[in-house]
Amino acid sequence: MSQLFRINGGLTDRSKPINFTFNNKQMVGYEGDTLASALLANGQRLVGRSFKYHRPRGIFSAGSEEPNALVQLRTGAHQEPNTRATVTELFDGLTATSQNHRGSLGFDFMSVTDLLSPFLSAGFYYKTFMWPKAFWEKIYEPIIRSSAGLGSLSMLEDPDKYDKGFLHCDLLIAGSGPSGLTAALAAGHAGLRVIIADEDYVLGGRLLEEDHNIDGISGQDWVLQTLAELTEMSNVRILPRTTIYGAYDHGIYGALERKTDHLADSGDKPRQVLWRIYSKRAMICGGATERSIAFANNDRPGIMLAGAVRAYATRYGVATGNKVAIFTNNDSGWQTALELVAKGVNVVAIIDPRDTAPRTHISGVAMIMGASVCNTSGRKALSRIALSNGQTLNVDCLAVSGGWSPNVHLTCHQRGRPVWNDTIAGFVPGGDLPVGQFVAGAANGDMTLGAALKSGHKTATLIAKDLGFTTNSSKVAKADDENFAIKQFWHVTGHKQRAWIDLQNDVTTKDITQSQAEGFRSVEHLKRYTTLGMATDQGKTSNVLGLAVMAEATGKTIPETGTTIFRPPYSPVAIGAFGGRERGQHFHPTRLTPSHKWAKEQGAEFVEVGNWMRAQWFPKSNDKTWRDSVDREVKKTRTSVGVCDVSTLGKIDIKGRDAAEFLNKIYSNPFAKVPVGRVRYGLMLREDGICYDDGTTARLAEDHFVMTTTTANAVLVYRNMEFARQCLFPDLDVHLISTTDQWAQFAIAGPNSRAVLSKIIDKVDMSNDGFPFMACSNITVCDGTPGRLFRISFSGELAYEVAVPVRYGDALIREIIKAGKEFDITPYGTEALGVMRIEKGHVTGAELNGQVTAFNVNMNNMISIKKDSIGSVLSRREMMIADDQIRLVGVKTVELSDSLASGAHFVAKGEKPTTKNDQGWIASVCYSPHFEQHIGLGFLERGHERHGEIIRAWDGVRGTDILVEIVSAHMYDPEGGLQRG
Amino acid sequence: MIINHPLLGPRDANEFVHLGDESLIDRPDGMADDAANKFHNYMYLRDNPAGKYRELWYHDAGDRSWLVVTRDTLTHEIFDVELARDVARARGRSK
Amino acid sequence: MRYSALSILKQGLTGNKSWKPVWREPEPKKSYDYIIVGGGGHGLATAHYLAKIFGGKNIAVLEKGWIGSGNIGRNTTIVRSNYVLDGNQPFYEMSVKLWEGLEQDLNYNAMMSQRGILNLAHSDGQRDAYARRGNAMLMSGADAELLDRDAIQKMCPFLKFDNERFPIKAGLLQRRAGTARHDAVAWGYARSADMHGVDIIQNCEVTGFQMKNGKCIGVQTNRGPIKAKKTAVCVAGSSSRVMEKAGMRLPIESHVLQAFVSEGLKPTIPGVITYGAGHFYISQSDKGGLVFGGDLDGYNSYAQRGNLPVVEDVCAGGMSIMPMIGRARLLRMWGGVMDMSMDGSPFIDKTGIGGLYFNGGWCYGGFKATPASGYCYAHLLATDTPHENASQMRLDRFMRGNMIDEKGAGAQPNLH
Repeated sequence: MSQLFRINGGLTDRSKPINFTFNNKQMVGYEGDTLASALLANGQRLVGRSFKYHRPRGIFSAGSEEPNALVQLRTGAHQEPNTRATVTELFDGLTATSQNHRGSLGFDFMSVTDLLSPFLSAGFYYKTFMWPKAFWEKIYEPIIRSSAGLGSLSMLEDPDKYDKGFLHCDLLIAGSGPSGLTAALAAGHAGLRVIIADEDYVLGGRLLEEDHNIDGISGQDWVLQTLAELTEMSNVRILPRTTIYGAYDHGIYGALERKTDHLADSGDKPRQVLWRIYSKRAMICGGATERSIAFANNDRPGIMLAGAVRAYATRYGVATGNKVAIFTNNDSGWQTALELVAKGVNVVAIIDPRDTAPRTHISGVAMIMGASVCNTSGRKALSRIALSNGQTLNVDCLAVSGGWSPNVHLTCHQRGRPVWNDTIAGFVPGGDLPVGQFVAGAANGDMTLGAALKSGHKTATLIAKDLGFTTNSSKVAKADDENFAIKQFWHVTGHKQRAWIDLQNDVTTKDITQSQAEGFRSVEHLKRYTTLGMATDQGKTSNVLGLAVMAEATGKTIPETGTTIFRPPYSPVAIGAFGGRERGQHFHPTRLTPSHKWAKEQGAEFVEVGNWMRAQWFPKSNDKTWRDSVDREVKKTRTSVGVCDVSTLGKIDIKGRDAAEFLNKIYSNPFAKVPVGRVRYGLMLREDGICYDDGTTARLAEDHFVMTTTTANAVLVYRNMEFARQCLFPDLDVHLISTTDQWAQFAIAGPNSRAVLSKIIDKVDMSNDGFPFMACSNITVCDGTPGRLFRISFSGELAYEVAVPVRYGDALIREIIKAGKEFDITPYGTEALGVMRIEKGHVTGAELNGQVTAFNVNMNNMISIKKDSIGSVLSRREMMIADDQIRLVGVKTVELSDSLASGAHFVAKGEKPTTKNDQGWIASVCYSPHFEQHIGLGFLERGHERHGEIIRAWDGVRGTDILVEIVSAHMYDPEGGLQRG
Repeated sequence: MIINHPLLGPRDANEFVHLGDESLIDRPDGMADDAANKFHNYMYLRDNPAGKYRELWYHDAGDRSWLVVTRDTLTHEIFDVELARDVARARGRSK
Repeated sequence: MRYSALSILKQGLTGNKSWKPVWREPEPKKSYDYIIVGGGGHGLATAHYLAKIFGGKNIAVLEKGWIGSGNIGRNTTIVRSNYVLDGNQPFYEMSVKLWEGLEQDLNYNAMMSQRGILNLAHSDGQRDAYARRGNAMLMSGADAELLDRDAIQKMCPFLKFDNERFPIKAGLLQRRAGTARHDAVAWGYARSADMHGVDIIQNCEVTGFQMKNGKCIGVQTNRGPIKAKKTAVCVAGSSSRVMEKAGMRLPIESHVLQAFVSEGLKPTIPGVITYGAGHFYISQSDKGGLVFGGDLDGYNSYAQRGNLPVVEDVCAGGMSIMPMIGRARLLRMWGGVMDMSMDGSPFIDKTGIGGLYFNGGWCYGGFKATPASGYCYAHLLATDTPHENASQMRLDRFMRGNMIDEKGAGAQPNLH
């Protein structure tokens, strides 16, 4: 197909043809074209199907407000559904296909819904599909779902990259039409840091699409001249292809820049960049959007907005028809007529419901006043229109103008309400703009060129002054104010046909009147009941029209009927762009332990623990399963010695004269009198009395403690302690610093741990008297490297933890392994650590899940009643210490061969597993190589007095139900002789 | 949102963590006779105003100071930002 | 007018000209037996059950704006009963059962669609917590399945299983969970309540309570005083503001929760999916939009809008677990004001003031609760005793230490 509809003029580069395909049809356009202008140039009228009735649809607009021309762009993993042809820059090799039809675009089986339309009126689905009950999910809904939706995703991972960035400016200008450009000039000259952004790839706004004169030169030349001037200014940043999509608090605006969408291949570059713009002031210069008039069958391909017809002729050099008629209720339609005629487009008639023509004569154009278009024909392309005066005209394009709606979207994002302006028949921004935001030009209701230029300049000058800049007397560009008169004529009545308001969602005037009749009269009810304005265009061309028809139906004025406000984004933004680079591996930061490199060399399996990667176990060649590895690590540790990296535990340094007093408030057990050189186990409550965290805290000096927290709570405990320090006890002499990342710490456990450590540690009396259980000290290791030594045990064995500055962590683990070689030292991972702590009955996050009390874990007596510590008061509430509460217990399978799983619930023998019979649950389990059976820790009602009882561990989701014996949680070495030895 | 930190100047709110009402500074005396009642009210009951609100934020990705921010919960406008430690002292939490 | 395929046929053939208003627009009377303050989902459901099941007469619902304008008008429409605590789970399972018969009960298609909810687990600990929860669900009479990777892969091949950061290890599936058409729920309840004689009065704002001898005997409104034997407040999102007029402070803070919807797409997501390692959940509406959300913005707000950090965080979560949504476009974002309670669970209770009742604190889970909340509140209003499934949802539970804290996050509303 050749470009039969191409005419002279416009801003496309005729020397640069571009090949593309639509529904596999080869076509040619020019550089500077959008997909829509190229399709029109090639005479492609039919481009899509509507949402509900699958009506044939053509291109309706020339901008991002497009409701009809949505296509599937590109192929494979790059497939991009619902792409507006009207804003898609043409590139060589572009492929587009139409969407939302079964069968071909020309013959859509789903268009049967159009014939059934009397039964598919507003909200019909709320009134049926109810019987039989089971049919909804099985039959009705799948049919509805598959026929709804528009385009499809490829279901493949998005291969493109998205970047994010931050920009700062004094003045952000959204829109580069006449008001935006004069504002940028004024602000730029005054020295403000200015960002001017436009969603289009060419700046200039409507000046590109209409012929005007500014300061004696053509509007398009004025744009080029102004851009050249702005480009010279180092304080002005110009962002084409950038949509300001949202206005957020405190002058923050969201912007999306399309970096490579106009290229065939993004290469290595990001597809889009999501900017967060921090502005001191912002000017919305977003212009206005034209709207249609509702008349019978006003949705056919070839029926377009008049401004779009003008834009295609003026900017792109495309005639949208061979015989064009114009239907307008305002003067802008007449300017369209003049401009089309000047470009040689055949305009057959202009139809205007007003009685008096604004002009006396347009050459070759019939001026039909006091009339309207009352019906149209042509199934897949417009062929004829019928007028209210009985005339019919054969036309292939009807340009409609129902007036212009100021683009107030960004003024509403903080729930500002626009107000009705009867003169321009549109909503203009109200008085409740976001702080620091201003509006100029058509977006503010200044509908003519001269006024827009003036208001842009004036507003920017005011802003500059307000920000303390001196404004030199830069001259404001001058242009004539064209006529702008409008009659509020919304729809053509007196017919039984459907007249469309929302083209994409197929909302007609009948739906509005039915909605009114059924009581859905508030704007929000109307919108929700009819789906008016809920499509991908968010009602940019339809909301005001719908509101006006509703106002008429209820006999109220438009302002009495309500306003529609807009939510972000201004136009839809790819989810990938919001996600940015924080996906896959970079979703969260990855934290590595100091021994990670060494553990990797040992072939360790790693597991995610929060953001940490920790060694889970260290497989050896004879290990057949992961259990073999874990069992071996546990046995070796319990019989000889093992080593484990515990650097992930939170570490907080606490210093100051009042450090002990401070800790005494933080921990529920007494801490004031811990001697120097000793470690104490501490239980930390939340202020609501629930167990929060536990760990050991060592007193290295009179005014210096080192606290350890669990891995998971390291950040939170530190934050809470800072809260206590700054807000609750602001005058205690105490300082906190998190040192989790500063120290590498290893647990060395097992009967031979002392012997191994003695080889590494310099000059410390390691005897049981010299360095007893719960001792701590500053030490040096390996001939002078500073470190810390703690005699604490999580495994229940004779054990130590040794810490060195993190840069020595890798060296230390290698030294420990070397020193332990004669004892066949085994490294162990988190699994073996877990097995040993369960055998010993130590609780971790699986038990301290934020729901249990000290009473539940049998540590009630650790809460001192002699002092006021965090959480102590609320820990004593009646239900939290009631006799029938759950208590921590150990469990062992009755059958040695049975295995246990966490999450099983306790149910008495012979009882049904119901909520009423639920007596508790199992929180942690393991296979214990020591007991040679599965064991676990759990919570059982009155569990502390039920040791020896046999009860069921019912695990319905895994389909098991076994008998377990309730035992004390302290299963391994309950007297603690080993760790003290 | 942007929080104008009294020591560091304007910072993106994303650097901060929000805790809640300023009244959390006024922790009751746990050894008092009616401590149970007072702690219940302190911990659980809130004015929750629609309008001006004094609240605690923590500069988590910053200098780790706790701040009292005076903000409008209807408009998100921020009127004042103070160091919580200064506020705590002024509210009588000194030793 | 009874709704059916036949009524649509009949109306369609006669030009859809004689559809009747779905509810009357009565003027408020001087007094009622029951006044329900708040014409949202819960208030309208309360009116429906009170009139239909408990035989309540002379009932009015007062709504300050248009009915359904609260959180039932802006939510992500998820229905589920997958809780672990006995203070919650039986209540939500009751709700799911009511959902299952809702269309027939109301003669209104609220499009309850039981396409399931899948909670993904990314660690052994998370899988075990889901097992505990799944078992609690089964014990309450609900359905629950613990899925392994293979089963999840069959259901959702588009997920990123070997996500480089947090691989999928297991999932908890409730097949009877799903979504419903949120606005239609409000309209269906309103229509049914209206048919049972309830006066639904829009644009009627309660400005105060009429008190006599320490008891509540009615309300003041912008349309004059109205007397009531029992006044039932049901205004989640505005609870603190309304109850302040009765001199009450509540264990509630108001927070903003954002939600997002994409452009319409052909069927993409089978049911509801939640990402266990990030703040992201998603479903697809019948119309084709991907409906998704994440965490609270985190600061107290009544502004019904949020800020960018959460938008970006939620989408990053989505891109990590299902990177095939990258080229779908986010169409609309909005924020709702949540009654965030101090333990993440709601209240259906008498207040300390005679004649005044309170329903609120639904956090971001109020939608699924709509039927059970209405039923249990109606039970309380009619009998003055709590329904057994809502017996722990009391205002004094913090005094007694009986928190219903599913997350274990403690008395910090923005963490629930």
